[in-house]
Amino acid sequence: MNIIIIGNGITGITCARNIRKINSDATITVISEESKHFYSRTALMYMYMGHMKYENTKPYEDWFWSKNRINLIQATVNHLDTVNKSLKLDDSRILNYDKLVLATGSIPNNFGFPGEDLNGVQALYNLQDLEKMEKNTSNISAAVIVGGGLIGIEMAEMLHSRNISVTMLIRENAYWANALPQEEAQLIGNHLHKHGITLKFNTELKEIRTIDQVNVHSIVTKQEETIDCQFLGITTGVKPNIKFLKNSSIEIEKGILVNEFLETNIPDIFAAGDCAQFRYVKTGEAPIEQLWYTGKMQGETLANTICGNKTTYDRGIWFNSAKFFDLEFQTYGKILPEITPEQESFYWEHENGKISFRANYNKSDRSIIGFNFIGIRFRQVIAEQWIREQKEIEYVIDNLKQGWFDPEFSDAYDKKIAKSFSSNPIN
Amino acid sequence: MQDHSLSLAKPTEGLLSQKIGASLIAAALLCAIIAAFGQGETQSVLFFGLIIVFSVAGGIIFSIPYFKAIPGIKNNGIMHSPATNRGGIAWGIAILMTGFYIILYWFPNYLEGLIRTMDPLSSMLRNKPSDQWFLYGTLYTLAVIIMGIRFIGKYRSNRYQVFRTLSVMFFQLGFAFLIPAFLLKLNQPEFYFSYFWPLKYSYLFPNDIDYLIQSGNIGVFMVFWGLVMTFIATPILTYNYGKRWYCSWVCGCGALAETLGDPYRQNSDKSLKAWKVERWMVHSVLVFVVLTTALLWLNSWKNGTILGDASGLFSQCYGFLIGSVFSGVIGTGFYPIMGSRVWCRFGCPMAAILGLFQRFKSKFRITTNGAQCISCGNCSTYCEMGIDVRAYAQKGENIIRASCVGCGICSAVCPRGVLNLENLAEEGRFESYTRQGNK
Repeated sequence: MNIIIIGNGITGITCARNIRKINSDATITVISEESKHFYSRTALMYMYMGHMKYENTKPYEDWFWSKNRINLIQATVNHLDTVNKSLKLDDSRILNYDKLVLATGSIPNNFGFPGEDLNGVQALYNLQDLEKMEKNTSNISAAVIVGGGLIGIEMAEMLHSRNISVTMLIRENAYWANALPQEEAQLIGNHLHKHGITLKFNTELKEIRTIDQVNVHSIVTKQEETIDCQFLGITTGVKPNIKFLKNSSIEIEKGILVNEFLETNIPDIFAAGDCAQFRYVKTGEAPIEQLWYTGKMQGETLANTICGNKTTYDRGIWFNSAKFFDLEFQTYGKILPEITPEQESFYWEHENGKISFRANYNKSDRSIIGFNFIGIRFRQVIAEQWIREQKEIEYVIDNLKQGWFDPEFSDAYDKKIAKSFSSNPIN
Repeated sequence: MQDHSLSLAKPTEGLLSQKIGASLIAAALLCAIIAAFGQGETQSVLFFGLIIVFSVAGGIIFSIPYFKAIPGIKNNGIMHSPATNRGGIAWGIAILMTGFYIILYWFPNYLEGLIRTMDPLSSMLRNKPSDQWFLYGTLYTLAVIIMGIRFIGKYRSNRYQVFRTLSVMFFQLGFAFLIPAFLLKLNQPEFYFSYFWPLKYSYLFPNDIDYLIQSGNIGVFMVFWGLVMTFIATPILTYNYGKRWYCSWVCGCGALAETLGDPYRQNSDKSLKAWKVERWMVHSVLVFVVLTTALLWLNSWKNGTILGDASGLFSQCYGFLIGSVFSGVIGTGFYPIMGSRVWCRFGCPMAAILGLFQRFKSKFRITTNGAQCISCGNCSTYCEMGIDVRAYAQKGENIIRASCVGCGICSAVCPRGVLNLENLAEEGRFESYTRQGNK
């Protein structure tokens, strides 16, 4: 069996590794235009800040690939021939496959802002972007970031570490408000402010200005405010990287359409990770998942299917994590920015304004739905078990200590949280 | 609207105090050189004062920015700086430190002037003039305290880091510096209560034991202490807490590695090859010291008739190769190039024994929190023992490795709260996380 995987991100690589674990005979080839070896995209910011070198971001040493007989090709795929089951690369090589995995990831959204082609205007997604950012930000003093999401805040921290002043333009009325409840969004906003980041809420970019026709000089917001900057980071989300499939017989919409087995409409072609879009979605689940964790899980699931053990992709209990400057964030279960009428939410915040806890539960049977933690590390196994077993909120609050995962000698806040819960009028 | 002028923390805020701090430390170094050239003999009090005041003040002033910054560990610029990324400055420091060890061990006469500056302190603490080892002990303790303050500033958001650093500073100052000095003052054997066989190999050699026993009740207690710590306390403590109780909380070598060596922890080699070399080397040293000890006892039991001088030669070899060259010259001198725990990782026989306990019979592990790892690599990068922590974490496996000294930095620098040092039930510590679906 000759398997080709396009994309060497976490999804493609997880898939390749797991195929090799199950099947020792298959020929496995991974093609990437970005880098020869797999590195952790999550560490892009740490390379810029000088925490790590590129070498440190590779989860496997270079000998790993030949030892596991995973062929690596750095090239761009120009054309896919689904009839003859072949690929054409930019170096005009033609590769044949028996099974093909599309794990091409994302590209940054662009909204066609006037002036977005100027030097100093860029997104941050891959290694090439990082190199560009290194050049674009040498010897500058002020930057603007459009978009208040996870990459936006990473970019803010990166620039801040080089002593560049940062202004963030955020469309909503608080940081990451389309994912976080108001309290958490505000807490994080305050923390950013303490670090010297200027946040402009309810603000959108109108145009990008230049004096020399080459470099960005300033931006104008929709409120007609002008902000000087020599760098403009566009972090307004990503979309599936599927351009090269536009004229193929593979069905695409926003992403590559797949069923629950991650199969496309063409036999022996599969898609997983950021580039895949589920045809049928359960309520409350997103058709396109653009997370490290889901990419990894999809890659693992797909390896089973390809090796003959057809497996349904199952997200399990939702979880995610992030870090906002010094604040760690963990979430388990589905916490919506605003609760539904059937739900109740309990929120506790430490007086230092850096630590918070939220538990959402169903009004009717008081069963737990999910958690948000800021500045608290919590055990995933415990959170998942409670959500799966639909434990009552009272049980959860009484047993919080079981899930505590902060380093030894840290203060535990379970008692404070319990006290606050019992004195809360809505309970 | 928020006004930018209200912003509290700017990254450059600390620059001035770092310049002043570095200048003072350079001044202390200059004073030491002048003293070594002879001025230390004639004006010992003056030069002692200058060296101590300049270095302590310099160290503290240098550390101020860490304490003023918003709490949170920042490794900004470490891989860009020639001082920390094996650049020119790092090589310069490595040569300086290695050279100092060579002079100290084999040409102490060059340090005569510097040794004399320590006379006032030495006669106060020990009732006798200073020698090269007292000079070394003083500088060593000073380095642990000054760089310990810096460490606490940098990692102060993490209480485990603060507590264990206070602990190594306490043991270095009290158990490895003041108490041995006071013992001399009281005409008792100079004994280090914080070092045990096989790290302090001679403490179970027949000669040392004979000498201690002959020197009275305190000496007998010292022998008793050494035996209890090596054969009873060490297994029990390691079973319950892992080897960290010693390596990261008590040991003087660990103290220097964690404080003076902290800026270099990322330079340890993480490759599989390095791990193989490490296992061969550290366990060979352990075999070497066990063999040496056994030979000496055999010889002593047979009154030296069987082996003659051979066993003495064996122990001299060990003392030169392992005790001096390895632990000092390479172990510390190479910090800036090979990372802060070169000795602990490749050479320390105590670490080897504790490691075997930790790997096979202990409650200690670094727990991986489910599937939360994002494979970023901060944990592996900042592991001073060269453990590829990420390789375990990204599979949802706990980290149970013989070499882990339990410094806790992997957990501290993890941006997703994935790792935690724990002592839980021994059963099931190797079990990894498996994800369950909804159905």
